Amino acid sequence: MLLIHCPYCNETLPEVEFAYASEAHIARPAKPSDVSDEDWAEFLFMRSNVKGPLYERWRHIHGCGRFFNAVRDTVTDKFLTTYKAGDPRPDLSSLTEGLK
Amino acid sequence: MSQYRVSGRGRVDTSRAVTFTFDGKSYRGVQGDTVASALLANGVHLMGRSFKYHRPRGAIAAGSEEPNALIGTRRGAGRFEPNTRATVQEIWDGLETSSQNKFPSLKFDVGAVNDAAYMLFSAGFYYKTFMWPRSFWDKVYEPFIRAAAGLGVSPTEEDPDHYASRNLHCDVLIVGAGPTGLAAARAAAVEGLRVVLVDENAEAGGTLLSEPQARIDGKPAWDWLAAELEALKALGVKVMTRTTAIAYYHQNLIGLVEKLTDHLPKLPADTPRERLWRVRAKQVVLAQGALEKPLVFHGNDRPGVMLAGSAQTFLNRYGVLVGKRPVILTSHDAAWYAAFDLQDAGAQVQAIVDTRADVDALLLNEARARGIAVKLSHTATATSGRLRVSSLRINPVAGGTVGSGQEIRCDAVLMSGGWTPSLHLFSHTKGSLTWDDDRTTFLPNNTPEDCVIAGASRGLWGIEAALADGAEKGRAVVEALGKTGAQVAYAVEADRPGTGVSHKELPTDLSAGKAKAFVDFQNDVTAKDLRLAVREGMRSIEHVKRYTTNGMATDQGKMSNINGLNIASDALGKKQPQVGLTTFRPPYTPTSFGAFAGYHRGEHFEVTRKTDIDSWAEAKNAVFEPVGQWRRARYFPKPGEDMDAAVRRECAATRASVGIFDASTLGKIEVVGPDAVEFMNRMYTNPWTKLAPGRCRYGLLLGDDGYIRDDGVIGRMSEDRFHVTTTTGGAARVLNMMEDYLQTEWPDLNVWLTSTTEQWSTVALNGPDAAKLLAPFVEGVELTEETFPHMSCVECTVAGMPARLFRVSFTGEIGFEVNVPAHLGRKLWETLWDAGQQYGITAYGTETMHVLRAEKGYIIVGQDTDGTVTPYDCGMGWAVGKKKPDFVGMRGLARPDLQAKNRKQLVGLLTEDGSKLEEGAQIVFDPKQAIPMTMVGHVTSSYDIGTTDQPIALALVAGGHEKMGETVYIPMPDRTIAAKITSTVFVDPDNTRLKI
Ligand SMILES: [Zn+2]
Repeated sequence: MLLIHCPYCNETLPEVEFAYASEAHIARPAKPSDVSDEDWAEFLFMRSNVKGPLYERWRHIHGCGRFFNAVRDTVTDKFLTTYKAGDPRPDLSSLTEGLK
Repeated sequence: MSQYRVSGRGRVDTSRAVTFTFDGKSYRGVQGDTVASALLANGVHLMGRSFKYHRPRGAIAAGSEEPNALIGTRRGAGRFEPNTRATVQEIWDGLETSSQNKFPSLKFDVGAVNDAAYMLFSAGFYYKTFMWPRSFWDKVYEPFIRAAAGLGVSPTEEDPDHYASRNLHCDVLIVGAGPTGLAAARAAAVEGLRVVLVDENAEAGGTLLSEPQARIDGKPAWDWLAAELEALKALGVKVMTRTTAIAYYHQNLIGLVEKLTDHLPKLPADTPRERLWRVRAKQVVLAQGALEKPLVFHGNDRPGVMLAGSAQTFLNRYGVLVGKRPVILTSHDAAWYAAFDLQDAGAQVQAIVDTRADVDALLLNEARARGIAVKLSHTATATSGRLRVSSLRINPVAGGTVGSGQEIRCDAVLMSGGWTPSLHLFSHTKGSLTWDDDRTTFLPNNTPEDCVIAGASRGLWGIEAALADGAEKGRAVVEALGKTGAQVAYAVEADRPGTGVSHKELPTDLSAGKAKAFVDFQNDVTAKDLRLAVREGMRSIEHVKRYTTNGMATDQGKMSNINGLNIASDALGKKQPQVGLTTFRPPYTPTSFGAFAGYHRGEHFEVTRKTDIDSWAEAKNAVFEPVGQWRRARYFPKPGEDMDAAVRRECAATRASVGIFDASTLGKIEVVGPDAVEFMNRMYTNPWTKLAPGRCRYGLLLGDDGYIRDDGVIGRMSEDRFHVTTTTGGAARVLNMMEDYLQTEWPDLNVWLTSTTEQWSTVALNGPDAAKLLAPFVEGVELTEETFPHMSCVECTVAGMPARLFRVSFTGEIGFEVNVPAHLGRKLWETLWDAGQQYGITAYGTETMHVLRAEKGYIIVGQDTDGTVTPYDCGMGWAVGKKKPDFVGMRGLARPDLQAKNRKQLVGLLTEDGSKLEEGAQIVFDPKQAIPMTMVGHVTSSYDIGTTDQPIALALVAGGHEKMGETVYIPMPDRTIAAKITSTVFVDPDNTRLKI
């Protein structure tokens, strides 16, 4: 079971308190009606499916209830960082430095 | 004393006799025995039959890796467990055990005909044998496979034991209490760290228990062990025996199963049978040791053929000689020591047969000193004996040629093919492995976890090496936790590290097709099966494994994986790492369902939420059903009524006068704030701006893909406050979705969302008399068509209770939903119930609710929709606010596929012959077309117990809205039913009954 750091509660807590909420930094278009069918399908269905560090969303559903972002390595399942919704996407190279 | 018990040997208490039964026969063992050691002390080797060929089998090992000696254990009613390892189960007075896979008896088994039909059951037989003729499948093959499948027999009674679970946090968890683990524990404990040391055995010590000859720091091994355990306990180390580390999960969470009662003659009161520990450790030391490898040769599965190291354990730990005239067959030094120990304990070792040409002179001298014959450069090609080995055939090997054979009479064959490090938990961590050519084994490499692996589990043999590595890795762990550890050295005398070589199957003079040289004993996989799998095209070890079932038995390949890999690699002409090793997965050893379930059984299996009115329903003998973790009254049968009769009566009464229904479980979300209306506009399909306070509206919630997710009536209580209802099962999902959009897409909106499902009790009144019944209790609003029309809501007082009153209908009748604070629900219910007697008020449950709503064509999300249905598909385009700039799902609805003609659309169906359709039945347009037919939809709801004069159904049918009045067909196993497409509204299409 993963231990996850909630950036709002500033505590590291067991996975059972959290719910996964799919890939992060996929913004819903501001005016969906202006978006082409192709771009809308891309937004709805296509995800990066990376092997390695993935930007993803979690919700501290049985805690503060906030959605937040995380970078997790899909190979090791290790969290590289978590950060508040709305914060900029952290730079990967700074996160992977110093990892074994 | 039993025939094979050696006085003065072992750690068992021979002064305390223990009586138990095996297959109905009584045996005597002593305190400290396992079932296997006690049977062996009585000269019993035959302990079971194999799974596929029903070959007679005995214990091959002495520990949890044992693949053969699986037994059923019984302790009175309900306490039966199959597939217990006889080598692990400790005996106690009165224990009943039985062998498995035998019919009619262990010594004479008719299933052994499978053994003669060997050719039929070779590799891939599951995939090949039963393919032809097709017609044989149902009547011959499947019944045969079902009868033969499965190990042992499942218990038939409910388990009367209880199981506990606990959390534990520590600095260092050490798995394995052999010399490696003990040294690591000391290194960590002396630095003041919180240390937990676990071992699956009944006592700590690991290999030290089997090697009393060793001396550590000048003390005999067992004295040193006792003193060391005392010292560790004094240092605060938590030592847990009979505790198996079954799984290594993320971030150093290790699952332990502690067995508390299986070894006790009397069950202590209030003690769980097993306790599951979830340990979160800062650092983990894996010291699981190594497992001895069998040698692969014809007849290596005969009872009496066992691992040399296990024979040593039976002697030194349990005081049991596994044979009086054993022969040793080995490719590793370790088995020589077994020969010496057994000879010194009174056995007459017939020979030491070693496949190697060169053996350490010290070993040769020791053998000579004892007068044991030695055969170097020899192979073994056969065993004989019916239910127990009686001879071993050995042949000299020179220059790759197998010479003529010679029989050695014996009563046991003790084999050793070297040792395989135990990498199971290391593999659970996704640790990477490297192939070691010298030792012909995989060794641990890197792991992403905060974990070290030490001792024999990384290929270091002998007690001294284990102690040194344990101390060193213990120090590494101490330093990883920010402390400074000391260097410790242990002096060991009479150590037995040893070396050896590794084999695929042993060379033989038998024709390859005849040899039954077993690799996986439990699944009856032979070397020939593995080579056949390669010949038939399997290239990866993962394919070979699944084709042959090698390593797929309950021992998870502890004995068979490496031998299987060596043979498959040889057949493929590739190096082992290119062929690969299959992944070890939790649990390390078979684990009871009870341990996993813990407290979550019976009524605690799942949360059961009850409304305030539930107790009333229970008193009225309601039949309940679970809905979204709620317990809901399904119907209220009167004496002698079945469900159909009760529902028919409840439906009729509701349409005739008034029905009362507990709707408290409906999900409720309070949407509040200055931007509440804007939020609602964006979330739901409907327009909300013009909905006046005091009015409510049926709302549809879509996903951004355009498909229906949920629905419910939503009341605008004031300008900035909405009372949103959701489906019973959808409440949490809807709130999560709303929070998601609010927090991450529209954080600028000033809105608060609160789950209020459990704050309100909701009583629904439906029927022509509903208004008459309710009106006298309501203060603050008059229940007339003018002052409180259909789809109104208001905060008022009902029977003196603060209430939110809704005029809504899910039945097509005049309807009200009265929400009062949850704890007042039953009081309100009883007030209305008493007053309703003059109208013949009838309580109804969810079943009647389903029928009445279907008669009006009201959908149930998740029953009439399936996640691919749009509002237009349901004929609810009227609920979509087309003038809004955006709402969740608006863009999705414009996708070409969702605009396409001929989508499946919700319609009504009336059968021509008046029969009731089956929900889920498939629909076709042309019943005469060739099979497989083109299916054009399915029945979603179907009832024949309502108030209509014929059965009704709702269905999704391709292009259904354009096909009113046309006939479709529903093919069933016995006949094809014709049905006419109709409107979804079967009762009161003009809604006249909604009017007061
Ligand atoms: Zn939080």
